[in-house]
Amino acid sequence: MSVDQATVRRIAHLARIKVTDEEVPHLQDELNAILAFVEDLTKVDVTDIEPMTSVMPMPMKKRHDVVNDGGIPDKIVANAPISEDHFFMVPKVVE
Amino acid sequence: MSELTDLTLAAARDALVQKQISAVELAKAHIDAIEKARALNAFIVETPERALAMAQESDTILAKGEPRPLEGLPLGIKDLYCTNGVQTTAGSHMLEGFVPPYESTVSEHLWRDGATMLGKLNMDEFAMGSSNETSYFGPVISPWRRAGDSKPLTPGGSSGGSASAVAAHLCLGATASDTGGSIRQPAAFTGTVGIKPTYGRCSRWGMVAFASSLDQAGPIARTVRDTAILMRSMAGHDPKDTTSVDLPVPDYEAALGRSIKGMKIGIPKEYRLDGMPAEIERLWQDGITWMKAAGAEIVDISLPHTRYALPAYYIVAPAEASSNLARYDGVRYGLRVPGKDIASMYENTRAAGFGKEVRRRIMIGTYVLSAGYYDAYYVRAQKIRTLIKRDFETAFEAGVDAILTPATPSAAFGLGEKSAADPIEMYLNDIFTVTVNMAGLPGIAVPAGLSSEGLPLGLQLIGRAFDEETLFAVAEVIEQSAPKLPQAAKWWV
Repeated sequence: MSVDQATVRRIAHLARIKVTDEEVPHLQDELNAILAFVEDLTKVDVTDIEPMTSVMPMPMKKRHDVVNDGGIPDKIVANAPISEDHFFMVPKVVE
Repeated sequence: MSELTDLTLAAARDALVQKQISAVELAKAHIDAIEKARALNAFIVETPERALAMAQESDTILAKGEPRPLEGLPLGIKDLYCTNGVQTTAGSHMLEGFVPPYESTVSEHLWRDGATMLGKLNMDEFAMGSSNETSYFGPVISPWRRAGDSKPLTPGGSSGGSASAVAAHLCLGATASDTGGSIRQPAAFTGTVGIKPTYGRCSRWGMVAFASSLDQAGPIARTVRDTAILMRSMAGHDPKDTTSVDLPVPDYEAALGRSIKGMKIGIPKEYRLDGMPAEIERLWQDGITWMKAAGAEIVDISLPHTRYALPAYYIVAPAEASSNLARYDGVRYGLRVPGKDIASMYENTRAAGFGKEVRRRIMIGTYVLSAGYYDAYYVRAQKIRTLIKRDFETAFEAGVDAILTPATPSAAFGLGEKSAADPIEMYLNDIFTVTVNMAGLPGIAVPAGLSSEGLPLGLQLIGRAFDEETLFAVAEVIEQSAPKLPQAAKWWV
């Protein structure tokens, strides 16, 4: 499979990465090189093979459903580019 | 005082306990070495004050005669481990200035056991790379050079800062991490020892995530014993990572010296590549000879799905990366570039914050997970992973104790030699290491010889799940049998 330029733009939008017009042809070539590289996988017979879902099989551990952390709003927003009164600030999303 | 940096981690530990040296003088020697070696670009952040404060505390504890396992030993920390109060960037512009208010479990274990932090080590951006050239903070330079040549070489990647710093004697050992070979390839390129333990052996909590089902923490150090010592402290169950296993952590150092007589060492025929350099083939044969001389039995084995591991990896790893890196949106931490609305703020931020290779992998991951392609790519790749794991299980069920392979298809290359248009050329560096991540198994890289150009070459051992002890025992046999590598000449001093 290979991607065209419209698909490159669509993927970039899905990934929320802005691409410029000049970047699109390069990205198209690079993505197609990788897709050609993984094309080999279609040769493998995977009939009746289960996909790996757990690297090391083990029963899933569950923690107790209790509050075990919190009360640290200063730390939570400490690295935010913009915050106000312990809220993360974003551009207006609702008119 | 500079000879203190030539001690192995084990020798420094013993000298500290016997009060032949102090933790402060050991820390100072390393701080001094780091200052003189800035040309290597191994550290993103140096933390000399913290190192000295920790060393002073260690000297107090040593004076009381009750040292912890790593008391006073100066280490470097790969910059993808979150360190409380110290900038953690994972080599990315996106996280420049990010100061975690918490500590990763693995680094916390090291401080619990008395180690001293020298600083944060440079790496490929978000651990995506094999040469350290994708770091926003510039490439790390290897202390090694080709004979009669001063061209800068890569220390490998993504743990290039870790490998370079250890090989240049800037720290006694370092943390690293391995998603497709990022501990073992740089170890092989720099004549150091690096182990990727079994998936689940170390907690991933507080490590900047790349591909969660493949990422695993591990150490790089100058000897097998030193990595065994560090591994014991780094490993262990952590309730904060549900994939970390609740198994006792063995005393890995005690496994050293164990006889390998009668062990079966598997040689997988699929690792003999067309066009493999003769010196890599020769190195592999040397390894076989050393195994036989130590009484091990060599058995030819087949791992038929080996050739599919790298392509399957380049679906699984980008898919998981695209999901993990969705968190970098300019809201909670990291870079933010304004936009006319929230969507354009996200897009501008991510275009400016991520480097080229990271953007490329996020896009591949987004594509293979997108509607209509999920089954054809991601599910198929995960099925192939099951087959790769089954190949190894078959070999181990037949009685193989460890598998011997080359660590890399070549010696270290020069900076700029492979970063051209074709990304696949760089990806091929991981051809021998990536199978291990896909199967979740432990693998160790040990120096085993020099290339015709005078550069280190390494062998890899692959073990059964959670049997790192056998790997350490066999790796030590290689270490003792191989010609002793010279130390890289200190051209930067």
